[in-house]
Amino acid sequence: MRQRGPHPAPAPAPADPERAASVQSIAEQLSTVRGPLLPVLHEVVATHGHVTDDDVRVVAEVLNLSRADVHGVVTFYSDLRRTPAPAHRVALCRGEACQSRGAEALFAAATDRWAGLRDVEVAEVFCLGLCAIGPSGTVDGTLHAALTPERLDDLSGPWFR
Amino acid sequence: MTTAWVPCDAAAVALGADAVADAIAAAGLTVRRNGSRGMLWLEPLVELETERGRVGYGNITEAEVGPLLDGALDHTARCVGVVDEHEWLTRQHRVTFARVGVVEPTDLAAYREHGGLRGLQRALALTPEEVVAEVTTSGLRGRGGAGFPAGIKWETVRTAAADVKFVCCNADEGDSGTFADRMLIEGDPFTLVEGMTIAAVAVGATEGYVYLRSEYPHAVRTLRRAIDIAYAHGLLGESVLGSGRRFDLDVRVGAGAYICGEETSMLESLEGRRGEVRAKPPIPALEGLFGRPTVVNNVLTLGAVPMVLADGGEAYAGLGVGRSRGTQVFQLAGNVARGGVVEADFGVSLGELVEGFGEGTASGRPVKAVQVGGPLGAYLPPHRFDLPMDYEAFAEAGAMIGHGGVVVWDDSLDASVMARFAMEFCAKESCGKCTPCRIGSTRGVEVLDRIRASTDDGVRRTQLVLLEDLCTTMAKGSLCAMGGLTPMPVRSALEHFPEDFGVRPDDAHDAASAIPRSATVTTEGARP
Repeated sequence: MRQRGPHPAPAPAPADPERAASVQSIAEQLSTVRGPLLPVLHEVVATHGHVTDDDVRVVAEVLNLSRADVHGVVTFYSDLRRTPAPAHRVALCRGEACQSRGAEALFAAATDRWAGLRDVEVAEVFCLGLCAIGPSGTVDGTLHAALTPERLDDLSGPWFR
Repeated sequence: MTTAWVPCDAAAVALGADAVADAIAAAGLTVRRNGSRGMLWLEPLVELETERGRVGYGNITEAEVGPLLDGALDHTARCVGVVDEHEWLTRQHRVTFARVGVVEPTDLAAYREHGGLRGLQRALALTPEEVVAEVTTSGLRGRGGAGFPAGIKWETVRTAAADVKFVCCNADEGDSGTFADRMLIEGDPFTLVEGMTIAAVAVGATEGYVYLRSEYPHAVRTLRRAIDIAYAHGLLGESVLGSGRRFDLDVRVGAGAYICGEETSMLESLEGRRGEVRAKPPIPALEGLFGRPTVVNNVLTLGAVPMVLADGGEAYAGLGVGRSRGTQVFQLAGNVARGGVVEADFGVSLGELVEGFGEGTASGRPVKAVQVGGPLGAYLPPHRFDLPMDYEAFAEAGAMIGHGGVVVWDDSLDASVMARFAMEFCAKESCGKCTPCRIGSTRGVEVLDRIRASTDDGVRRTQLVLLEDLCTTMAKGSLCAMGGLTPMPVRSALEHFPEDFGVRPDDAHDAASAIPRSATVTTEGARP
């Protein structure tokens, strides 16, 4: 790869050295599988909740990829989140099958319900494979089908007590 | 009565099956977890072992476990009788799904008992040429949607020379309204493992990958467990069933990109890149994963292979109609009274699925339309319910079977909203590599917004011409099926439900024929 000038600027020190070491070890452990980048990034998200620019730099270094390559992959896939995960996450299916069973009204109710709350993220997802018993979604990672606004209230009841 | 079966399928779990299973176990019964029988409107469907067989009870909640075990539900509508004798199942022809819901998903002994591994054992006794010939004879076509003959693909890979070849299973089942891949993997994962191993034996591949979507965490867990068990029993690894042939299998999890269900995009993703579509040629069968010859097949295609080998290609070819041979696993979804999995020979009519099996809408209102084949499939009105489920018959009707998903809509459907949604979805999920798909979908949303908002017939007519032209450009100019098929739901919605667009039926027809020269015809220069 071409570099400008004889002495490329050294990479800035990571903001969180402990995290950088952890990400490096994840990348090194998985570096021998074929096509390691996605498994590595999945593991980074599973361990640290999201992918930071520092993580991108570390992963690129270990896998001998350019930062642009890694950044490109991180920004392509919606699962590879770049902001810290909220305390609670509600992901509702907006696919056609769930729409035919009222998913749009449910999604609107959920976004209204938690509007302006930083601790709750309402996200859309396209198909969880529960297409005959929708509307479906996940609440803090757990699958639920036949959702209604009332059911969401029940499930989120204990959140802010 | 000591054993109860409670499904561990994600659909049952999403409706509370885990709590039901715990409660039954706490009451002192042996609980076994099967896949789902596919009667999803009954989930969680608890089965109690009796002298008559496994008797099912539908929609059991945790609180009802007591009454269930006391026999209080026995003579109510909640008891569906012996499950194997249920008309929903007896009217089907379960081949790929024969074991799903019957056995514990990762019980290898039960898998063998129910006919598993016969196909692989036979394949190992044949030459690779003979294995491919069986698949060719069976007429098996790709179940992912394209319907390409599996035997021809395999023969291409088999005869290609390379240091390493791959078998990749496309389990990125992103189409709304489809869930058969998920249910097969969660309910009978060894069928997929066996099918992929047979493919590897046939084409000389030594490594396989299942690309499974991250939205299916239960399937990921079950398949990984099944692969571990397969390794432990010598079904995978250095010497498949002692044959001396190596095959390694691994699961790779997607990351939330619909486009990765497109085969070349999936290969890019497996290689660790953005899931951007590749131009074909070269075809993946010659230059696929890491540039090596690769079999890429859908879960249901590979899931049909063990039976093809076990009973012979001729037997499989004996099922179905026309050039659509064998069975297809149809999925009834959306606003349907009895949704679930219907495996039937090709040729069953759309109406038989929607009304015979599905019994109309869940809401009880009249069916207005069904969308067949996922988000890129056509909307069809009830007067087309006579269509046989057959690749060619559907193509002729301007529709497609796709992955076999059928989404039912009642009369509250506004087809223009769904046409707009098709464009919006394409804009969101386009990989961005080709212009017709990336830009066309956004322009499509805008044109449809103008049509929907218009009060002036003249303006609307102009926009309809634009829309038709845009659809032609996308259909003919896109690199892959994402942009190429997005016009299908749009055009079919407009054709069958013009009133939802504020259009008189004749106007829609005129607009389609009013395009003097499509943008894709360049012999006379660019369009004005």
